[in-house]
Amino acid sequence: MTDTKRNDVILLLVVAFFALFAPIILNPFPSDGPLAQFNAGYPDLMQRFVIYGIFAIGFNILFGLTGYLSFGHAAFLGVGSYSAVWMFKLLSMNIIPAIVLGVLISGLFALVIGFISLRRSGIYFSILTLAFAQMSYNLAYSVFTPITNGETGLQILLSDPRILDAPTGTAQPVTSLFGLEMRDTFLAFEYLGRDFQFTYGYYVCAIILLISFYISMRIFRSPFGTMLRAVKTNQNRLSYTGVNTRPYTLTAFVISGMYAGLAGALLACMDPLAGAERMQWTASGEVVLMTILGGAGTLLGPVLGAGFIKYFENILSRINDNVLEAWFAFMPDGMSDFFVVIVHPFVGKGWHLTLGLMFMAVVIFLPGGLMDGAKRIIDWVSGKNRASKRGAKAPAPAE
Amino acid sequence: MDAILLQILNGLDKGSAYAMIALGLTLIFGTLGVVNFAHGALFMIGAFCAVVMNRLLKLSVETIDETKTDFLGNPLKVNTPYVEAWFGEFGTTMIGYSVPLAILLAIPVMIVIGIGMERGLIKHFYKRPHADQILVTFGLAIVAQEIIKANFGANPIPQPTPDAFRGALDVGIYLGFEANAVVYPVWRFVYFIFAAVLIGGVMIFLNYTTFGMVVRAGMADRETVGLLGIDIDKRFTAMFGLAAVVTGLAGVMYTPILSPDYHLGMDFLVLCFVVVVVGGMGSLPGAVAAGFLLGILQSFSAMNEVKAILPGIDQIIIYLVAVVILLTRPRGLLGRKGVMEE
Amino acid sequence: MRILEVQNVNKRFGGLQALNNVNLNVNKGDVHAIIGPNGAGKSTLLNCFVGRLEPDTGSVMFDGQSLLGKKPHQINQTGVSRVFQTPEIFTDLTVLENVMIPAFAKRDGAYKLNPFARVAQESEIRDAAEEVLRDLGMADKRNQIASEMSRGDKRRLEMAMCLVQEPKLLLLDEPTAGMSRSDTNNTIDLLKHIGETRGITKVVIEHDMHVVFSLADTISVLAQGTVIVEDKPENIKGHPKVREAYLGEAQV
Repeated sequence: MTDTKRNDVILLLVVAFFALFAPIILNPFPSDGPLAQFNAGYPDLMQRFVIYGIFAIGFNILFGLTGYLSFGHAAFLGVGSYSAVWMFKLLSMNIIPAIVLGVLISGLFALVIGFISLRRSGIYFSILTLAFAQMSYNLAYSVFTPITNGETGLQILLSDPRILDAPTGTAQPVTSLFGLEMRDTFLAFEYLGRDFQFTYGYYVCAIILLISFYISMRIFRSPFGTMLRAVKTNQNRLSYTGVNTRPYTLTAFVISGMYAGLAGALLACMDPLAGAERMQWTASGEVVLMTILGGAGTLLGPVLGAGFIKYFENILSRINDNVLEAWFAFMPDGMSDFFVVIVHPFVGKGWHLTLGLMFMAVVIFLPGGLMDGAKRIIDWVSGKNRASKRGAKAPAPAE
Repeated sequence: MDAILLQILNGLDKGSAYAMIALGLTLIFGTLGVVNFAHGALFMIGAFCAVVMNRLLKLSVETIDETKTDFLGNPLKVNTPYVEAWFGEFGTTMIGYSVPLAILLAIPVMIVIGIGMERGLIKHFYKRPHADQILVTFGLAIVAQEIIKANFGANPIPQPTPDAFRGALDVGIYLGFEANAVVYPVWRFVYFIFAAVLIGGVMIFLNYTTFGMVVRAGMADRETVGLLGIDIDKRFTAMFGLAAVVTGLAGVMYTPILSPDYHLGMDFLVLCFVVVVVGGMGSLPGAVAAGFLLGILQSFSAMNEVKAILPGIDQIIIYLVAVVILLTRPRGLLGRKGVMEE
Repeated sequence: MRILEVQNVNKRFGGLQALNNVNLNVNKGDVHAIIGPNGAGKSTLLNCFVGRLEPDTGSVMFDGQSLLGKKPHQINQTGVSRVFQTPEIFTDLTVLENVMIPAFAKRDGAYKLNPFARVAQESEIRDAAEEVLRDLGMADKRNQIASEMSRGDKRRLEMAMCLVQEPKLLLLDEPTAGMSRSDTNNTIDLLKHIGETRGITKVVIEHDMHVVFSLADTISVLAQGTVIVEDKPENIKGHPKVREAYLGEAQV
């Protein structure tokens, strides 16, 4: 069992390594080379990897452990963003109060919605969460306009009261952590034709990701987490074992709602505006997809899934016909045109098509997600799988 | 009184659409036990059958009219749709009737898509958890949506109402109200009648034919029916086709009311899932009743008098009803026991 | 001393009187078998003990407190564990985890928020679980995933999950249903072994007379919702009422 502990420490160190050196690791191609568009090491994109990673880690605590499939988690993301922006408007541009309020308010929302939704299970639970999220979304657009600023979205204004650091001058205020401005680059250099940029914003997100990941790891390894996995497997047995399942699922729901609120607040910290579209149910679908793609119920899977999807979203959506033509330029004329036509629908504006196909492919062929796929490959390479298959076949199981 | 009648009528067309989609959804769920998140896509594909039909009829041949000139003095190029060139006046009328004509196109298309979907994809998910079914069909819905977007653009494409059904009917006069108190567009009546006929047809088919009886028996107990030597799988595949047709036709006929765009399917999907849950998972009459009920409720909640008391209620009424129903009657209005409960 | 007292319990399902004035007394330390023809109300009665069903009238007292109106997990917390007809286990988890969960439930109660404790450091719980597994001869299977085991092993595991809680009362719902002869004999041995090593009171619902007469100290015969006889096994065999109840049902 000290084995698991050692493995956990290694896993945490690996995640920390990748998170801290991401600006370097994700920039493998020279910035004026032909492959520059595959670089991901710029702050804006890396922040999104990390923030959606946090969102997915939290979702996984609910879905991966208890098996309750929520289709309404985007609502908590939105609530987190709105709360954070309000904190910027009313109190100060410091991100700490914004994050704290975002987490608390979304936790409160999750408590109410979870309390009601968890009275049902299975698809009924999914529909209930979906209904609540849609209600929040619709209300954010209509009645709650004074709070959400409707379609325009909530923004920071010069006329905001901001009690602690009232606006001076005409410069648009920026979010900061005790004076460190989030969008500020504290280090930038060029090496071998590669541009590297380090911003405070990314590192704030990365450190919060590490904390979130560590908390999720502890939950996975705790008796509490074991109970949650037991809920997923056999709720009936669990209640005849003397466990009241409802508070366990509700706690998991609230924790995952708070993670979503944290992610939403961070989004607002990096770019202080909040819109209702963040709460739409397709956004809830996205986090489900990230978790499944990476591997629901695994520690690392959701982070991988989030990074994978956000990376492809970014890369694929930027590939236009000019880029394609450049790629296929080495081919004879007719052939290159043909390939451009074939690939065209899947990239640029059509990248959602690729996303949908990827989604289906994962569910059909790799129900365990990327983590499962990686495990299978490792097993295959090390010959473990073949051996264990042979081993399983030999003795007929005695029933 | 007239205001109430007006709201009921206003709710009917949305209600008809909900009822038909929910009926299709319930057929699939009831027969195959599959939670189909791509169902909204079927509605959208139906709607785009109307768009395609309209475009087909408008396919034009370019001719040069020597007798006229454009403003530069060149001979005027005139686009004449083939159907007009072939049939004259009648051709023009045909273009006007593209929506009802699209039914002829939609039926085979929806059958092919429905059966293809069942055999090609859904079949492999019968034994997988509901979460997997939701996810794979959700992926399929995204794919369908993107294909439509790539081919038809992102903007809504208005469809013509056939000439004979243009305008509105002053219903109020017949019932003794003042003139223009209750006015209702003719096409919405057509849509309601169409829905009534289609739903009635499906119900009669299921209740009074041997095929329908076998299917209903299969819905209740698949294994036993299979033991009787009946190939229930083939019939279930056929039911998937039927459900696709019902949903697709609902989409075709809805286009003059709401111009179709690529996210039409997703918009209706969520609502129709709620409808099905309210009606009771697996209950056909429940789905239909809940569809109409929620459509009408939605239209009532949009009244200014109601909104004055409960602001924003029109935005959330359907979901609110769903939450209340699920908590008080977990099986919905007319649901069967034990469906989808773990 | 009586540990479970059932008095005048009635339960109706629509037009069916499933339980009709059932009275039953289980003495501490006994193996008490409930037998009866199909549809006699055995499972209904058991479900009334564990909180799945609520009797219409009557009382169920366990160890001095009423079980009525309590939820299944509350009843378990008073010291009642249950074995199901088909083993109910946590199929996705390992055998050891399966046994540790009830141990946690026993120690921590119905709910405990301890997300930062480490399962790996819960040595008491692990030791208790491993001891039970050793006792039932499953120590070598502790890291196996529960779904991969044979049916006999699943039954054994479920038994271990109940025993680790050291219940005062163990309810067994047809523990040998659908088992082969040899598995049935194994289960009888297992139950005897449990009886020898721990003084847990047991209530067994059983169809198989071989099992009943090998184990029971007292037998209650249930027919048409009523206890017609409650006596020692040797007096049950030839009892005219029992013969009558079973006539055409099975050979006793």
